[in-house]
Amino acid sequence: MSSHLLLTVAAEAEHHIPVVAPTEADGVFSLLWLIIALPLLGAAVLLLGGKYTDKWGHLLGTALPVGSFVISLLCFFSLLGRDDSDRQVSQHLYDWIQVGGLDVGMDLMYDPLSAMFLLLITGVGSLIHVYSIGYMEHDPRRRRFFGYLNLFVAAMLMLVLSENYLGLFLGWEGVGLASYLLIGFWQHKPSAAAAAKKAFVINRVGDMGMALAIFLFFVTFGSTSFSVISASAGSASETTLNWLGVLLLVGACGKSAQVPLQAWLLDAMEGPTPVSALIHAATMVTAGVYLITRSNFIFELAPTAQTAVVIVATVTLLWGAILGCAKDDIKKGLAGSTMSQIGYMMLGAGLGVAGYAFAIFHLLTHGFFKANMFLGAGSVMHAMDDDVDMRHYGGLQKLLPITFLTFAMGYLAIIGFPGFSGFFSKDKIIEVALTENLLVGLCALLGAGITGFYMTRMMLLTFFTKKRWADGVHPHESPAVMTVPLIVLAALSVLGGVMLAGDWIVEFLTPVVGHVEHEDPPLPAIVITLIVVAVVGVGVALAFFLFQKRDVPREAPQDVSFVTRAARADLYGDAINDGLVVRPGGHLVTALVATDRSVVDGAFTGSAFTVRGVGQGLRRLQTGYVRSYALSVLVGALILVLTLVAVNL
Amino acid sequence: MPEFSKPSIEYFELLPLLIVFGAACLGVLVEAFLPRERRRIPQVLVTVGGLVAGLAATIWVATDVEEHADGAARGLVGAEGSVIVDGPTLYLWGLILVFGILGAALFAERRLEGGLSSFAGQAAALPGTEAERQAATKGLDHTEVYPLLLFAIGGMLLFPASGDLLTMFVALEVLSLPLYLLCGLARRRRLLSQEAALKYFLLGAFSSAFFLYGAALVYGYAGSVSFAGVDKAVRAGSADHGLLLAGIALLAVGLLFKVGAAPFQAWTPDVYQGAPTAVTAFMSAATKVAAFGALLRLFYVAFGAERWSWQPMLAVVAIATMLLGAVLAIVQTDVKRMLAYSAVAHTGFLLTGVIGAQGAGDLAEGQYSSLEGVLFYLTTYGFASVGAFALVTVVRDAGGEATGTAAWAGLGKRSPLVAGAFAFFLLSMAGIPLTSGFVGKWAVFTSAMSAGFWWVVLPAIVSSVIAVFFYIRHIRVMFFNEPEPGETAAVSEASLLTVGTVAVCLAATVVLGVVPGPVLDLVVGAGDFIR
Repeated sequence: MSSHLLLTVAAEAEHHIPVVAPTEADGVFSLLWLIIALPLLGAAVLLLGGKYTDKWGHLLGTALPVGSFVISLLCFFSLLGRDDSDRQVSQHLYDWIQVGGLDVGMDLMYDPLSAMFLLLITGVGSLIHVYSIGYMEHDPRRRRFFGYLNLFVAAMLMLVLSENYLGLFLGWEGVGLASYLLIGFWQHKPSAAAAAKKAFVINRVGDMGMALAIFLFFVTFGSTSFSVISASAGSASETTLNWLGVLLLVGACGKSAQVPLQAWLLDAMEGPTPVSALIHAATMVTAGVYLITRSNFIFELAPTAQTAVVIVATVTLLWGAILGCAKDDIKKGLAGSTMSQIGYMMLGAGLGVAGYAFAIFHLLTHGFFKANMFLGAGSVMHAMDDDVDMRHYGGLQKLLPITFLTFAMGYLAIIGFPGFSGFFSKDKIIEVALTENLLVGLCALLGAGITGFYMTRMMLLTFFTKKRWADGVHPHESPAVMTVPLIVLAALSVLGGVMLAGDWIVEFLTPVVGHVEHEDPPLPAIVITLIVVAVVGVGVALAFFLFQKRDVPREAPQDVSFVTRAARADLYGDAINDGLVVRPGGHLVTALVATDRSVVDGAFTGSAFTVRGVGQGLRRLQTGYVRSYALSVLVGALILVLTLVAVNL
Repeated sequence: MPEFSKPSIEYFELLPLLIVFGAACLGVLVEAFLPRERRRIPQVLVTVGGLVAGLAATIWVATDVEEHADGAARGLVGAEGSVIVDGPTLYLWGLILVFGILGAALFAERRLEGGLSSFAGQAAALPGTEAERQAATKGLDHTEVYPLLLFAIGGMLLFPASGDLLTMFVALEVLSLPLYLLCGLARRRRLLSQEAALKYFLLGAFSSAFFLYGAALVYGYAGSVSFAGVDKAVRAGSADHGLLLAGIALLAVGLLFKVGAAPFQAWTPDVYQGAPTAVTAFMSAATKVAAFGALLRLFYVAFGAERWSWQPMLAVVAIATMLLGAVLAIVQTDVKRMLAYSAVAHTGFLLTGVIGAQGAGDLAEGQYSSLEGVLFYLTTYGFASVGAFALVTVVRDAGGEATGTAAWAGLGKRSPLVAGAFAFFLLSMAGIPLTSGFVGKWAVFTSAMSAGFWWVVLPAIVSSVIAVFFYIRHIRVMFFNEPEPGETAAVSEASLLTVGTVAVCLAATVVLGVVPGPVLDLVVGAGDFIR
């Protein structure tokens, strides 16, 4: 114990980075494992139980996350009852890998940061489960859907509760798997299958970064546990720490759809809408922000990696916002907005100690209002026979009063209307950004203006303007099982800002992220707030004149500017991927194959290969003739002899 | 005239070897003296009995073996220096015998072919002739496969336990020759099977020649064929360094061929596909275990002091093997070939562990050595591989096993249990956390990384990512794709032999992933080679 105190003091002397040193869980905290186990049990029963569980599967699948939510609440309150310095508890489940001194346990850790995530995941998660009961009512595979959702919740909880990077990785892969299954849930649609595959492939790139980071952790510190690494992070060289930071960032980019690994998120909207709300808005895509905040002990000592985080975040927040302006598909518009808002969170996390708490604050409020709007969009689609094109909506506010009102609350929150939750959280991030770096701050400010524009556009096209839907469509309000979650989330979107009252959330998170003396921003805080509100106002007004004052055509106009065309094509994200990775990769392989072939049997064919073509090309080497195999053995033997001799010369 | 001294044989420590070879000889006698139709039951009993007795003897020896004189390892050098029974040997013996028992169970399965084994009724009958049809209608069976299996297992036991180059060569041949024969005995698609056997034989003989040549060169350098003698000579150093290097390379060819490493992997897909699936299941696990055991002993004991020379060579081979295996597996349209290329990729991962060799002093406190990492990986991969191939035998259509990927479409709907188990084995091979494959990969990658081979770990991670792609794709085919008309396979009902084998493999894969602790302890307890 004394050594841990010493370390804390040493760390504080340098950077105010708290060391992770949890105490053993007791009392209500000994139920921590149950939070994960309940949804996991649900997934097991629903997925293995088969059609016997069809009748009541969705009810069980909803009840279990609610149970986790109740335990999370209990834990949260008893955490509040503890002293500030005593707010980290861990629970040792069993030894996963234990050999000699290497000890990777199935350990859980509960601290203020995971407490916030638990409430968000289980709370919003439970609401979305309730909503899905209504939304998926007519789907023959509803039970399976709930099974996957429970699997996702369990994996996500594992991700935020683990005490080491290996357990975190387990959850990380788990949410990836659940996301893959749910994006492709309607696999009879080829587009859904393709989207699932794309998300899978891009996420593997991120996972590769994660895996490498974990190996590097292990090699550098001999452990993957947060407490060991945070205690000895100072002893590693800065180069190593920068590498660790960059690798973690790669992982975060994949999961959180940050540039350059952003291309999958818009396609992921092929999944059922509750999935978009839960996984691709409120929880999973914020795992990257969690990862960086959790690894604060690395990033605080790795300035280069931290700068990289800020750059990625700034680019993404503008990128997502621009995409949001051009999309006519209501869900894709919201997805662009999610990307952009996560950019804000990453920005907060990248700004270091001053920003972590605000990043998490924005993450929570965003979880509320974005889930609210996604579910609202789902309710609209429900009313419009699953049409997602906003150009086919218009004038729905009278017909869907509850959906309209709740969506409006989310809208006011996201644009940062004074008094709503998003106002407080986004404002704080912009303020910190302006304090740290003027250029980054201005970009964040510009992003806020664009947010005002595209959200107003979405609001107007859907609920105001003239009706543009076809004759056969009869919009109707959704049943109560869907509107009640909307109302709860709308209330949270409005009131979420109270968490900042008296700087509560900042102080609550201090044991995790540390504390830094507040630096004065270049302008008084109130002036910054006014400027932000003014910029947002300009965006809103612009949208109002462009869409409310003029007629909106039912088909998207084609004679548009270059910028609009670019934004409609996802700013050529796919084209860039193709041009930079897929095609050069193909050419490289073609070249390799060609060289290989000319060496082995003197043949040379310069046909074009894609990535799969590589294998096909290589497969031709597999001629089936013993003589050519024997030749390759001989050549191989020669190569071995020559390498050995060459290495030793 | 030199005095003749009686060689001393440590009968107790060599008991497992003696039991297995003894059972094999007994099997030959059964073939000779029992009429054809009454041989099967005695053969199965002799085989399984011999293997179980061998396993029991291995465990007995393992609990009883004493610390070696050098203090660093447990065990003894037996049979006048030609057989070494130490911790790793005993662990590998246990592993080979377990896979042997599982393999024997698959050999004995008869319900899938409607009361016949999956081996040719009359191997000498030309495919497509009247004689072949007669053999089938008479219900003839080749019970010779059981003694062949036992001889192969005996060779495999001797292979990693050998104490000198000549014993190792003899063991190599003893294990290979029965396998060549077994590969050619498939009941269905006999031409494919025979072609595979011939290829395997020709290439195997070719690479054995390399091995023997290498042994000769090393003898020329060291003046001894025993590993301890070679080690001593290597440490002493000599002017003929080139001789040693050429010897190492040529010995490596022979062993790398057996494990299926690039560029000596060409036989793997053809043989894995052509051989009867029961044989493939057995040899994909057991041969790999035996050959890696031998590889480890040769490189760690005889050439341990020379590791700076061979580590880069094996590193390059490892990178090529992993990438080639993973990339080529993507384009396969046959399940057995896909698993074969996946086996090639896994050879690469195992080699990544092999190059992580470090001196005893270089290891961090409590870190497990590369030897332990590789042994654990062999365990995890072996069970997943046997299980996966065993499941291939039950997915069938009118023409026997349906190995085309297309035929597996929608299997998840028709037989969720089989598809689920197969998916689980694939996930384990892919190294998804909480499966055994993850712990195995973790073990070998960290040992390579801590030996400074990050440039091998990097491609290793890239190829595991590529590999995940084709594993998951096959899972998607089974669960999400609609079957194409006319291309469907169904799951045939198998007897307890196959079901039990799959269940054992499944249980082992789950346990090794969730609570790997006890087995890791066992691996660590095995200790080091006797040098």
